[in-house]
Amino acid sequence: MKTFRKGGIHPEENKLAHNTKLEEFPIQEKAVLYASQHLGAPAVVQVQKGDKVKVGQLLAKGEAFVSANLHSPYSGTVSKVEPAADLSGMKKPAIFIDVEGDEWEESIDRTPELKKEITLSPAEIIAKIKEMGIVGLGGACFPTHVKLSVPEGKKVEYLIINAAECEPYISIDNRILLERTEEFLTGTCVLRKALQLEKVHVGIEENKVEAIARLKELAANYPGVVVEVLKTKYPQGAEKQLINSITGREVPSGRLPLDVGCIVCNVSTTLAVYEAVQKNRPLIGQYMTFSGKSVTTPHNLYVRYGTPVQSLIEYCGGLPEDTGKVICGGPMMGRAMANLNVWTNKGFSSLLVINRKEAKRMEPQNCIRCGKCVEACPMGLEPYLLSANAKLNRWDETEKHHIMDCIECGCCQFSCPSYRPLLDLIRLGKNKTGGIIRARQQKK
Amino acid sequence: MDLLNVSGSPHVHSRESVKKIMWTVVIALLPTFAVSILSFGFDAVKLTLIAVASCLLFEWLIQKFLLKKPCSISDGSAVITGMLLAFNVPSNLPWWIMVIGALVAIGIAKMPFGGLGNNLFNPALVGRVSLLISFPQQMTTWPMPRPWFSHAAVDATTGATPLGMIKTGLAQGKDMGELMNQLPSYAQMLLGEQGGSLGEVAAIAIIIGGLFMLFRKVISWHIPVSFIATAFVFATILHAANPALYIPGSYHILCGGLLLGAVFMATDMVTSPMSGWGKIVFGCGCGLLTIIIRVWGAYPEGVSFAILLMNAVVPLLNKAFPPKRFGVTK
Ligand code: SF4
Ligand code: SF4
Repeated sequence: MKTFRKGGIHPEENKLAHNTKLEEFPIQEKAVLYASQHLGAPAVVQVQKGDKVKVGQLLAKGEAFVSANLHSPYSGTVSKVEPAADLSGMKKPAIFIDVEGDEWEESIDRTPELKKEITLSPAEIIAKIKEMGIVGLGGACFPTHVKLSVPEGKKVEYLIINAAECEPYISIDNRILLERTEEFLTGTCVLRKALQLEKVHVGIEENKVEAIARLKELAANYPGVVVEVLKTKYPQGAEKQLINSITGREVPSGRLPLDVGCIVCNVSTTLAVYEAVQKNRPLIGQYMTFSGKSVTTPHNLYVRYGTPVQSLIEYCGGLPEDTGKVICGGPMMGRAMANLNVWTNKGFSSLLVINRKEAKRMEPQNCIRCGKCVEACPMGLEPYLLSANAKLNRWDETEKHHIMDCIECGCCQFSCPSYRPLLDLIRLGKNKTGGIIRARQQKK
Repeated sequence: MDLLNVSGSPHVHSRESVKKIMWTVVIALLPTFAVSILSFGFDAVKLTLIAVASCLLFEWLIQKFLLKKPCSISDGSAVITGMLLAFNVPSNLPWWIMVIGALVAIGIAKMPFGGLGNNLFNPALVGRVSLLISFPQQMTTWPMPRPWFSHAAVDATTGATPLGMIKTGLAQGKDMGELMNQLPSYAQMLLGEQGGSLGEVAAIAIIIGGLFMLFRKVISWHIPVSFIATAFVFATILHAANPALYIPGSYHILCGGLLLGAVFMATDMVTSPMSGWGKIVFGCGCGLLTIIIRVWGAYPEGVSFAILLMNAVVPLLNKAFPPKRFGVTK
């Protein structure tokens, strides 16, 4: 069984929504869209108060190369354009829409028919992806057209689709692979064509038995699709680990996947690419898992962007009594939300409710030098040492010991029997060390 | 509703804990304890209880009155230290010497460094070695274990350990072939019929405990395997070079404290290296030093000294053998 070279853990899988069918979340009355929902230069707002918008209409334009368009997920009237707090609590420019009906741009093909034949050329595909505002939906929200535009002198050898879904609870990839298999497969072919490759590798953890069977059965009709079954081990879906599992290559420290000839896209992104390129549908929403041990019925919902998180929670039966934490993203890498008064945006792949018992952090004790953090670290770092140095503000030491290679997967802290806040300290250390490195480079 | 908790990721934990690890080790020590009771009777129970109780007491006293820190004796580490200390002394050791050993282990080797996790040397070994140096007479008079389930008085016979017999025998100019006839057989050593400390007489019980810890992932294979393998290979080479002077490697492994040391003491997390290669080098060093001390040193047994010496180089080993970084080629 293929897997990455080093480290990793086996957290409780808790895939409670594994067998829950995808469903569409009902339209809300009010929507708020952060103008920039991607990594890169901010997008420029194209509408003003009072404007009527349709579903799919451009709301904000990504003018720079590394930027992304934003389209309206709702039809209605723009009530105001002003800053609103996002997940991190920072105020960001946002477009408020009073929703009226559900009127779509005519150019969008909303029929359920599968459109298998790919007519666009590679360059046209990439242009289409840019136009439709597609970004990586795994969480980083890096504009997909930038990822696919391979710079001169670099060669892509592997296109990898990340269907590992190694985070506990989240079951979106699994459901998409089961329920929208052909669209997904066509999406992989679109990406493959854009990069002019012969093959596309779909990496999936072995615990998704049904999805693997379905994928293998249908992949026969899609030449070039290779289903790579991987060991169930967190963080199998981390980009560098996935590349290592499938190709055996290691992305060198401080470099990008492209440096070893790889491009990785996740399942939701691939589906969005299909819809953009084949159906002319901009990115206006995505699937997400709503789950948690105390949640009575977990859901896998298609949620349009700009939907109030509060109404999502209400729809799913409200927060359970014993809620300790609400997380956006997975329990290993997601972010705890301080404020539930926010709206969904690109990359919002799950909402998890962690009960008080699980959320409680134990009192840290002395490091007993057990080495479990070292053993668990997939990057081959020494978390106990990095955190100790970070605590002592020894930034030269943290740099020397490769703190910048940390992918913040959390394996170390998860494994530590002394409940040490390893990743908290390492994150702080990364910030400081990164700042020092950048300042030094600027001086040069 | 209470305020939401917003600490950073990860939001879940393995629920592994220091307590669980330590009590697993205690459980792993039970078979050895059982054999020591079978072999040495009530003395074994008495000494072990005294050692454990004094370790706990000293740790509590020091934390409460000297360091004024919250009490941590329930983490089980002092229990392990107590048990290991008792397992490393002869069964007829006077109780007050045992108490001194515990005081040294906890009061000198552990707490002044900052308690569990910060000590450089294995506390039980420091305790034992101090006793060996301070009370050589009492520490090297070995009651012979009685056959299991018999009611024979244990104190009746005292004898030397196999290693002691070899050392004195060779000093008297005897030939190894001749000596071997007087030594306990392999089967006797596996089952605990050899002179020695409480916990080192039965190889089989130690191995069971070791496998249990391995299974529960409290130890890894690296240290025991490299320790034992190195000792075996080195001793075998010596034996091959001159059988008249050196006992076979397999004999070295089964006699004395080698197994107890390799399985329970060299593997102490706090005082052994972190990475796989670091552990292997550490184990090799322990094995090599053990045989060197046994064969050429002043004491018949060298396990404690070997491990303590290697404890001292652990920080260096951690530096020299970092884990293999992902994506970094040197
Ligand atoms: S969070 Fe960083 S240091 Fe910790 S295990 Fe992951 S990569 Fe290693
Ligand atoms: S896992 Fe925790 S206790 Fe073990 S070495 Fe790492 S920091 Fe120390």
